Amino acid sequence: MERTCDCCPNPAVVHETVVHSGIQTEVHLCAEHAEQRGYILPSATGPALIVGKLLQQVQSAAARPANACASCGTTMATVRETGLVGCPLCYRHFEDALGAVISRAQAGASVHVGRHPAHAADLVDRAAMRNRLARELREAVSREEYERAAKLRDRLHAIGGSPSDAFASADADDATRVEGGSAE
Amino acid sequence: MSTSGREPIDDERTPEGRGSQQPHASPLIGFGDAWGDARGDARGGSEIPCGDCVLSSRIRLARNLVGFSFVNRATQSQLSDVVHRVQATRLGGPFESGVRWVNVQATAPVDRLLLFERNLISRPFVEATHPRCVAISTDETASVMVNEEDHLRLQMLAPGLQLRPLAERMFALDSALDRGLEFAFHPRFGYLTACPTNVGTGIRVSAMLHLPALHMLEELEKVQRAAKDLHLAVRGFHGEGTDALGDFFQVSNQTTLGRSEQDLVDEFTDSIVPRFVEYERAARRALCERDLASLDDRVFRALGILRACRLLALDEAIKFLSRVRLGVALGRISDIPLGLVNRLLLEVQPAHLARARGGELGNGRDDRAARADLIRAALR
Repeated sequence: MERTCDCCPNPAVVHETVVHSGIQTEVHLCAEHAEQRGYILPSATGPALIVGKLLQQVQSAAARPANACASCGTTMATVRETGLVGCPLCYRHFEDALGAVISRAQAGASVHVGRHPAHAADLVDRAAMRNRLARELREAVSREEYERAAKLRDRLHAIGGSPSDAFASADADDATRVEGGSAE
Repeated sequence: MSTSGREPIDDERTPEGRGSQQPHASPLIGFGDAWGDARGDARGGSEIPCGDCVLSSRIRLARNLVGFSFVNRATQSQLSDVVHRVQATRLGGPFESGVRWVNVQATAPVDRLLLFERNLISRPFVEATHPRCVAISTDETASVMVNEEDHLRLQMLAPGLQLRPLAERMFALDSALDRGLEFAFHPRFGYLTACPTNVGTGIRVSAMLHLPALHMLEELEKVQRAAKDLHLAVRGFHGEGTDALGDFFQVSNQTTLGRSEQDLVDEFTDSIVPRFVEYERAARRALCERDLASLDDRVFRALGILRACRLLALDEAIKFLSRVRLGVALGRISDIPLGLVNRLLLEVQPAHLARARGGELGNGRDDRAARADLIRAALR
């Protein structure tokens, strides 16, 4: 019986056995899903198309500088030249460089305080929790309460924070203020 | 979106979801009375908080949509998509009683300039060529620019010092938009903006100050220094990139990160603006005590020129209206309401003169004659 694609009911044209961490799995994909995952398929129009696509990929990679934002292609050099960022994802891609620029422009402030969109409520809550734990950890260490500090460190790890945050950030106290405000 | 000539200026479509927000039925910007009444300054300045020294208060918020490049990097079709998305969203707040969408790309230069002179859009928004539009509330106290430097620039205006009520209305509008649009946000940087110096709250709180006495006493440099010490930006009559016209100065915050919106509004209301108002009032008292005859001479000489002249350039008009405004605020002139002076400060500008003529922008000489006629008639 003809195998269907793992992602849709179409007939699979790619069949592969993948071994990952000692576990063997079979992959069956239709033409569309195979292409999406980067498989190069034999084509009715012959090898020229494949070469064309490869060239296209090479060219677009060449057109995009190595350290450009993956979403919009902006580089930090462009940001410096124009004073403008390309897209919201640039702020993640260039977080450190932009963080330094922003802190200089904002009289040393580095963490947002105030309103937030409803969709970011969880993000803001997590950031507030991280900041609170980091502050408590700092206090526990300064009072030499190491048992309590260890527990705080574990809780900080559990929500994606790092104990170094508690000591690296001069703005930790300000950061706790991210709790305030809401879009509602 | 219509791309035809200048008629109609506004986008009359009522997309699904706009609900009761009917397009405003009156002609474009019924300037003068509507502006004065809605912004509360037609009746005179006495009941307006700090109306003697503060012409207007303004708050703006910068917002951007998730999933789109910022305006400087977006394609034309992405920008059109942003326009459609915002137009399909219920605006709420001050727009509940009516909204007028103006397709700025398809609008005649004179009408764009008119919106700019009324502080409803910015200078770059007048001059840009990409797809963009602005929503204006029926009472002209609120506007939403779509595809300015950021996808959305929400802005509200009020006469005198009224930042707290403005902030309350602004937050209601922000929350209403937040229900229909997904704004780009980062837990550390706050609301994300095209210019990294606007991130955080994305708020700009400003007050347009009228400081003629400080100018006469040559103390404006002190004002500039005080503003710098308070980390404020000092700008001219029309905000960013414009020079001060006459005795009018706009002060606004430069810091947008690390302090809440309410904190900033409270500081402007309770400390920053009152401080400048107090400087100016002290200077006015000093002028009255030191040499009242000389002050009266300046005020009434200005009024005499405005009532008699036949050609009047814009900078002259602003200069003399400023002195008359001072005379009215001090009670030296009793037969002219403050609201009338405030209205004339708007109406003497080129696009307002052109609209009053019902035509296109004039040349300098036409404008000077029309401006003088307008003022003479108003102050008769």
